[in-house]
Amino acid sequence: METFMQQFPVVVGALNEGFVVTFKLFFITLLGALPLGLVICFGSMSRFQPLSIFTRLFVWVIRGTPLMIQLLVIYFFPGLVLGNPIWGGGESGRFAAAAVGFIINYACYFSEIYRGGIQGVPKGQEEAGLVLGMTRSQIFFRITLLQMIKRIVPPMSNEIITLVKDTSLARIISLQEVIWAGQAFMKGSHGISGAIWPLFFTAFYYLAAIGVLTVAFSKLEQKLNYFR
Amino acid sequence: MTILEAEHIKKSFGKTKVLKDISFSLEEGEVLSIIGSSGSGKTTLLRCLNFLERPDGGIIKVKGETVFDAANVGSMSEAEIRRKRLHFGLVFQSFNLFPQYTALENVMLAGQLLAKERPDYKRRKKEINQALEEQAVTLLKQIGLGNRMNNYPHQLSGGQQQRVAIARALALQPDILCFDEPTSALDPELTGEVLKVMKELAEQKTTMVIVTHEMAFARDVASQVIFMDRGTICEQGDPREVFENPKEERTRQFLSRFNG
Ligand SMILES: Nc1ncnc2c1ncn2[C@@H]1O[C@H](COP(=O)(O)OP(=O)(O)OP(=O)(O)O)[C@@H](O)[C@H]1O
Ligand SMILES: [Mg+2]
Repeated sequence: METFMQQFPVVVGALNEGFVVTFKLFFITLLGALPLGLVICFGSMSRFQPLSIFTRLFVWVIRGTPLMIQLLVIYFFPGLVLGNPIWGGGESGRFAAAAVGFIINYACYFSEIYRGGIQGVPKGQEEAGLVLGMTRSQIFFRITLLQMIKRIVPPMSNEIITLVKDTSLARIISLQEVIWAGQAFMKGSHGISGAIWPLFFTAFYYLAAIGVLTVAFSKLEQKLNYFR
Repeated sequence: MTILEAEHIKKSFGKTKVLKDISFSLEEGEVLSIIGSSGSGKTTLLRCLNFLERPDGGIIKVKGETVFDAANVGSMSEAEIRRKRLHFGLVFQSFNLFPQYTALENVMLAGQLLAKERPDYKRRKKEINQALEEQAVTLLKQIGLGNRMNNYPHQLSGGQQQRVAIARALALQPDILCFDEPTSALDPELTGEVLKVMKELAEQKTTMVIVTHEMAFARDVASQVIFMDRGTICEQGDPREVFENPKEERTRQFLSRFNG
């Protein structure tokens, strides 16, 4: 058995590879869920009742069930139940299924945060704009948007930090993200087996990523602090 | 010249009739004070004048031109409403300044956005914006905030914020400036500075419609007083008449709460 010093570079190399997958999943989830959340938000606030009821039911189901089960259903349901394995078998298929699951799940959470942000801007702001002869789009872009953003930054930063850690749930469909990579050294990987420390070591990757996000978000909050 | 005529304005919310057949007119340069107990429909009337509510019935004319007619509202486009509401300005009880803009930016913003619709805007952009800024600075100096122009609303006292809101409304040069209880959200010691600005506006012959609970102010500054009660005009006339010699029992009861 090699020494820790010999294991270390091998393990870090494998974990880095896993973390790239983690980061890709995180980034693609944000890219998809940030706009989709806005669509869901408008759906749930729609004055067309069937649409708003359907959207709210959907949000309830997604927020009311574990993300882990959603991932399992999205990955296995088409193939095992419908006999149509749309995801394909390999790592890329697992990644696509995971990304879809995460985007839908996070879009629902984001939509509720957006809704709070929109409804939190006092009605008087819109009315003041109207009385001053502004158009609806001028009112949105020049007046309410920034106030909404200021309101949603703290809850969004919470949710996005949770997302970093939630990516590890994709392990349930064997996506080879950082925890999967760490765990592999227990059974045997890259000629190392029976080592548990790589699994524990993955925690530092999350800590580092969340450290960066925390600093970025507090910078953004400070930037928006010039008004109240 | 008659600047404002409101004829038979009616407004209901669901089954509650909030305005029942309100008619009045206003001469240019006059100040109309509207008084009345809570829930009598004063705010709703101002909101109708500013197109924030749509009356169910009635006609509104400015300088003889019909700007609103409940009989054919369907044909009014959003753009038309936007243009017509510029005859009126509105100062809210809760100021409603835009928090992310400085006092100066608050006063200039609407004018800048409207200027973009001018055909010569592209060519004379710099010139136009400079004129708008000069006008805003003049207005802010006029209301005594020349030294607070670059402050954000949260850095100003309530009285200062309301004065900025008045300047913001004045910047678009409305024909009629409406106030909805402009001092009700203010501490008593800040009320005076806002009333002083409004008094100066009255002296400069600004046409104003002022909903207020400041009875002394209404009596001293207004040229006409309307006492509203449960959605109707109960009594209307010269302020000295209405305040010192009210004809209606309801008016007397209402005023006794302030005089007593
Ligand atoms: N959007 C609305 N929907 C339903 N009812 C409303 C609405 N706005 C006002 N009302 C009702 O209309 C009536 C008149 O309200 P309004 O705000 O015009 O009174 P007001 O004279 O301004 O009172 P106050 O002195 O308290 O400001 C009240 O009974 C109020 O509950
Ligand atoms: Mg009111």
